[in-house]
Amino acid sequence: MTELSLESASTVPAARGAIGSDLRMQRVRSAWIFLAPTLFMLAVVAGWPLTRTIYFSFTNASLTNLSGAEFVGLKNYLSWVTLKSGRTIFSGLLADPAWWGAVWNTLKFTLISVSVETALGLIVALVLNAQFPGRGLVRAAILIPWAIPTIVSAKMWAWMLNDQFGILNDILLGLGLISQKIAWTASPDTAMIAVLVVDVWKTTPFMALLILAGLQMVPGDIYEAARIDGIHPVRVFWRLTLPLIRPALMVAIIFRMLDSLRIFDLIYVLTPNNAQTRTMSVLARENLFEFDKFAYGAAASTMLFLIIATITVLYMWFGRVNLEGER
Amino acid sequence: MAEIQLRDIRKSFGAYEVIKGVSMDIRAGEFMVFVGPSGCGKSTLLRLIAGLEEITSGTLSFDGRVVNQLTPPKRGIAMVFQSYALYPHMTVFENMAFGMQLAGRDKAQWKERVEAAAAMLQLTPYLQRLPRQLSGGQRQRVAIGRAIVRDPKVFLFDEPLSNLDAALRVATRLEIAKLHRSMHKTTMIYVTHDQVEAMTLADRICVLRDGLVEQIGTPLELYENPNSLFVAGFIGSPKMNFLSGDFSRPYDAHTIGIRAEHIAITPHEGHWAGTVVHSEILGSDSYVYLDVGSAEPLIVRENGVSGHQPGQRLQITPMEGCVHRFDMAGRAIAPAKIRGAA
Repeated sequence: MTELSLESASTVPAARGAIGSDLRMQRVRSAWIFLAPTLFMLAVVAGWPLTRTIYFSFTNASLTNLSGAEFVGLKNYLSWVTLKSGRTIFSGLLADPAWWGAVWNTLKFTLISVSVETALGLIVALVLNAQFPGRGLVRAAILIPWAIPTIVSAKMWAWMLNDQFGILNDILLGLGLISQKIAWTASPDTAMIAVLVVDVWKTTPFMALLILAGLQMVPGDIYEAARIDGIHPVRVFWRLTLPLIRPALMVAIIFRMLDSLRIFDLIYVLTPNNAQTRTMSVLARENLFEFDKFAYGAAASTMLFLIIATITVLYMWFGRVNLEGER
Repeated sequence: MAEIQLRDIRKSFGAYEVIKGVSMDIRAGEFMVFVGPSGCGKSTLLRLIAGLEEITSGTLSFDGRVVNQLTPPKRGIAMVFQSYALYPHMTVFENMAFGMQLAGRDKAQWKERVEAAAAMLQLTPYLQRLPRQLSGGQRQRVAIGRAIVRDPKVFLFDEPLSNLDAALRVATRLEIAKLHRSMHKTTMIYVTHDQVEAMTLADRICVLRDGLVEQIGTPLELYENPNSLFVAGFIGSPKMNFLSGDFSRPYDAHTIGIRAEHIAITPHEGHWAGTVVHSEILGSDSYVYLDVGSAEPLIVRENGVSGHQPGQRLQITPMEGCVHRFDMAGRAIAPAKIRGAA
């Protein structure tokens, strides 16, 4: 509407048109003034580090010699030499099996954790949306895992999962479900499961809360109309509830996906140095600060950024997400 | 065709009793209107009949069969909600067909019924639209259509016109009256707080107050023979004039009530006299507000355009046999010798 009136204002005689453009200039100016602090902060805390990282990924920088970095082109990403024997040897990030292992680990972790969290979060949200005594208390209680800092909860779970003294092994042995103690976080077979369990435990509340917000936007009277229509509750869920909370669900899934694609802290604490759980972020950090391959780590970070950006764009494109909540 | 019987129906929410023992018979094919001020329990009573709320005690039967424990579809009811309650992500057609697709009927049959209902309500051009692409009146017609398609034995309306503007309300009221005539075998129960809707639509009106039935009767019965001060004040616009003290003593009553059209302005010495405080001129008739010394000004209806000026003194006389008498508790004192309006 505002646009329309501005348009029509500019078609009326010149004198008034001039006033109209003055007004517009003023609005544009104040828009910039209001945006400036945010843009400045973003440039300082996000733009600059990102630019530096991308820059370093094209150099041979090392942690001890950042200022003496020389430009090496795409060498960190991919380079090859052809030996006299005719064999070509590829090197660089894109030829590194450790990198592709990390990419695969990250995608696997993201896919499984977000799916499980969405399903569980939906169930929890549906329960919390129902009327029952003490609902407020349960709603608050369920948020506790989300409120605990990741480092704390990861350490807590590390102790519970500990192979020698952990309570989990103790319980499972006592019940006779396992015959010997399992090194949950160290064993290649169970490390990823351990990480997934802790992540699901931690972030399901967040998912539930976002979905609950969506559920509360659904008008209650349509459920009564469905009861009058005699529609089975399961069908009501699939045909009414799910389509109506779809926008909220999509937003929740994007949030969680972006979060788990860059998973770092939980794995760093729970299962360090484990190839089965090494994600892109963990690999980048190792190269940046432990292996003295700063430029190589910067290349991994840049790739991580590109992958997350691509997946997000694709997801929003295919999901046709309307963040305003309309169909 | 369903005859509905309510026997000592009670409903409590926690410790709070909303319906305090309601008994009534609703005849088959009748248009019954529940009317009352907000909070009187009329909507709750409708929801109890619909099966959306559980009855705390008492029995509800349809055609002699107790339905207390039956789900809404098993009772054979359909309901139109105040907020329309359309499924926002489904087209008009899907909204009307959703309940039927599952009832195990064959597709050709329900498709035909949806189309028939749409034609009846002039909704055919909108069948593929979403509810948010429709106006308020069209949405309400879709809600009515969804109910018609169910071919209910009992048709329930919960304040269906409250979200419409004044002109649309009158038009839709007319449509509902027509609907009742065309579905004369269907029992209809209609909840409203608007006594004009009640008067114009109802075969019989049930006035509710604080979870109890105040009076049940045809619109004219309630208008001419209200059995309490509450009904007398609720039915009719403008509100009935109430006088007490010195005014009511000669009538041997605690309070007397006279409708605005039952007071004559006399050229000679009248029963009472008052000063004009205000006149409302509606064109066809006028309402003159008179200060006669009672707590509230007395309203007198005059045909045509009133020429009285504020401050003018008028002589008035109540028409004979048109004075309603009430005792201390607000109950009507029989016989209420009411003759038809003059």
